[in-house]
Amino acid sequence: MPYPSYMEESIRKVEATRERRLKEELPRIPVGERMPVLKAFHPDFIKACMRELLVGPNKGERTPNELADLLEGNSRIDPDKIDPELNSGVDYDVDVLVIGAGGAGASAALIAQETGADVLLVTKLRLGDANTVGFQGGTQAADRPDDSPALHYLDTMGGARFTNDPKLVEALVKDAPSVIKWLESLGVIWDKKPDGSMAEVALAGECVPRCHCCRDYTGLEVMRVLRDEVKSRDINYVEFAPAIELIMDEKGQVAGAVLVNLETNEPLLVRAKAVVTATGGIGRLHIQGFPTTNHYGATADGLVLAYRVGCPIVDLDTMQYHPTCAAYPLAILGLLVTEKTRGLGAQVLNIDGEQFAHPLEPRDVLAACIIRECKERGKGIATPTGQVGVWLDSPRIDMIHGEGTVAQNLPAMVRQFGRFNIDITKEPMLIYPALHYQNGGIKFSPDGSTPIPGLFACGEVEGGVHGKNRLGGNSTLDLFVFGRRAGRTAAKYAKGVKPGKLTLDHVRQWQRELKEAGLAEVRPISPKLLPDYARQPYDYLADYVTERLQPGQIKVA
Amino acid sequence: MLDIYIMGKRYQVPEGLTIQAAMEYCGYRLIRGCGCRAAFCGACGTVYNFKNDPTLRYALACQKLVEQDMYLTQIPFFPAAKPSYDLEKMEPTGEQILKIYPELITCFGCNNCTKSCPQDLEVMWYMSDALRGDIKEVAIKSFDCIMCGLCAARCPQGLVPYNIALLCRRLYGRYVTPRSKHLDDRIAEIEEGKFDAEIKELQNMSLEELRQRFDKRKILKE
Repeated sequence: MPYPSYMEESIRKVEATRERRLKEELPRIPVGERMPVLKAFHPDFIKACMRELLVGPNKGERTPNELADLLEGNSRIDPDKIDPELNSGVDYDVDVLVIGAGGAGASAALIAQETGADVLLVTKLRLGDANTVGFQGGTQAADRPDDSPALHYLDTMGGARFTNDPKLVEALVKDAPSVIKWLESLGVIWDKKPDGSMAEVALAGECVPRCHCCRDYTGLEVMRVLRDEVKSRDINYVEFAPAIELIMDEKGQVAGAVLVNLETNEPLLVRAKAVVTATGGIGRLHIQGFPTTNHYGATADGLVLAYRVGCPIVDLDTMQYHPTCAAYPLAILGLLVTEKTRGLGAQVLNIDGEQFAHPLEPRDVLAACIIRECKERGKGIATPTGQVGVWLDSPRIDMIHGEGTVAQNLPAMVRQFGRFNIDITKEPMLIYPALHYQNGGIKFSPDGSTPIPGLFACGEVEGGVHGKNRLGGNSTLDLFVFGRRAGRTAAKYAKGVKPGKLTLDHVRQWQRELKEAGLAEVRPISPKLLPDYARQPYDYLADYVTERLQPGQIKVA
Repeated sequence: MLDIYIMGKRYQVPEGLTIQAAMEYCGYRLIRGCGCRAAFCGACGTVYNFKNDPTLRYALACQKLVEQDMYLTQIPFFPAAKPSYDLEKMEPTGEQILKIYPELITCFGCNNCTKSCPQDLEVMWYMSDALRGDIKEVAIKSFDCIMCGLCAARCPQGLVPYNIALLCRRLYGRYVTPRSKHLDDRIAEIEEGKFDAEIKELQNMSLEELRQRFDKRKILKE
């Protein structure tokens, strides 16, 4: 499926301007002048797509409609039918329960175990099925002699227009080099120069090249190593068992979770002295109908669980739209095209083969510029399905760094476009922004603790680190920095805490609140667990069939 | 519309769908065999053939487009050997690999593993590199492995090439690649508190001062 012939003319223009563009560099937009383009074109600023929450700790704050529905959602369980103290007792009784087994959850589980805790790691799909596995570009750490954690701090704050929590950013930048070292000691193969020094690439918004990569399979490399380590250390883990509600104790501490076996619908009760949520992001909610780079399971489950035990969420009103994701072919619509592509020298071009923005603008700014180029200026390239996009000029990379650079540094991209007969070493990629990252999340502290005792958070599910716009290479750092911190803090907390009697009273109270607000009847059931992609048959069942289903026949997912 | 067959049953689907999307179009709700949907996670390694051509083909269900008369199935899970080990107590040698995976010597080079790899890796060749103890070559040849498990599913000897490769890569990353001195130096500097004062200064600045410092910072190219 090479490009349709009508795109040839535009591709010729890209080729014709390439020689001239070798030396052409557009100015970056100063941080104080970003707001006009963001306000006019960034999806976060489309007012109608957000609404105020009517219940819960963030009542009165605005968030995308798709997330608001779930945060105001109904519980899947009836607390009168599950008594964690009586019923059949609990299925697991551990010190630390980690929910979610991506980079953050696996790191938390490893460190919690090292700190002496008995750990249970549970996950909705397979061990390692998470957004972590798909990150390509790499991980920031200021380890070069001409770099410093203070510059990393400045870049991170500026990239987010200074909306981040300064204490969280300090923890992020100071832990970064030791995270790189920790992963290497576990066997991660970082890209290096022949003398062993790290080969860093500059991503958008970095003043010094600071991004550590493993070709463009960085997340895959890190995740398969962590997964192997979890298995090698015999950490107990349960797959296909998402959490559907947290369990509290009578002292108001989080003390476990209700899981469900996704295939049999059987509930599994876990008693835990501490619970770490590492459930990842939100992309599969397809905010504003955007395609997403996210994993199949990215449905905001952890936000829902935490919200229901009274934990506030921060920066609910911004999502990250990654500026460069595949717009063609349709089969890979939304596929992430790593920022490393721009870091290596690919420019972003319109239908005339001309630049319209600096390729290393922060993600929110570049996404807004691309949308402006297509929607306002009409300089995008339309695909046969009506999707519009602009060019990302990958062949320029080989012109700058020598032939073979693209093949060596971007093998996943070469392979993935190659499957559809597009050779990105010779032809540009057609790209458009896609929903990529949940900037905000559960309110938490640098040690991984949240305002709710017994509840800890790490990874994409938490918020504050990246403020209202995240820099590339910082989320993958966040995973390991705060995964390790949350694991350590949770394990120490578990040693000291005196758990009380388990209860699901908070679910009763939540349902009462929903009812009083008139929402119980109109809101969906949450957490969502999986997106609804399967085509459903029309409703042909008699009402009594639905009513008479036995408990074991109720489909939860 | 195309005719496809899911576990032997005929369905009609539009052109241009991946195997995964086609199954969803037919009403299947995927729980197993679906992950990142972007060819990184290895959840959806699958086999297929055609109504009138029994030869097995291999692909990722999230990438492969459906074709007329395709016969599809799902391979949800394939049990695989994965011994526990402590990387800290190991050496990057061929003996070490054989100690953990002694069955490696039973590979007789049938090449089914290579033929089944949806990433087009030279699986059989890295297995023979592993047998020779050439850890570096295994690491290079296997680096793009997404651990979908198709090689293990097709191995007549019950070997698990992707786990053997993973052990080799971990040993290579841990013991063979040269250390990065500037990384170690920086960790020591941070532990000594070298950057604390500067970060504190940034934290104490007014928003306007911080903004000016940010806009005036020098941007290095290389």
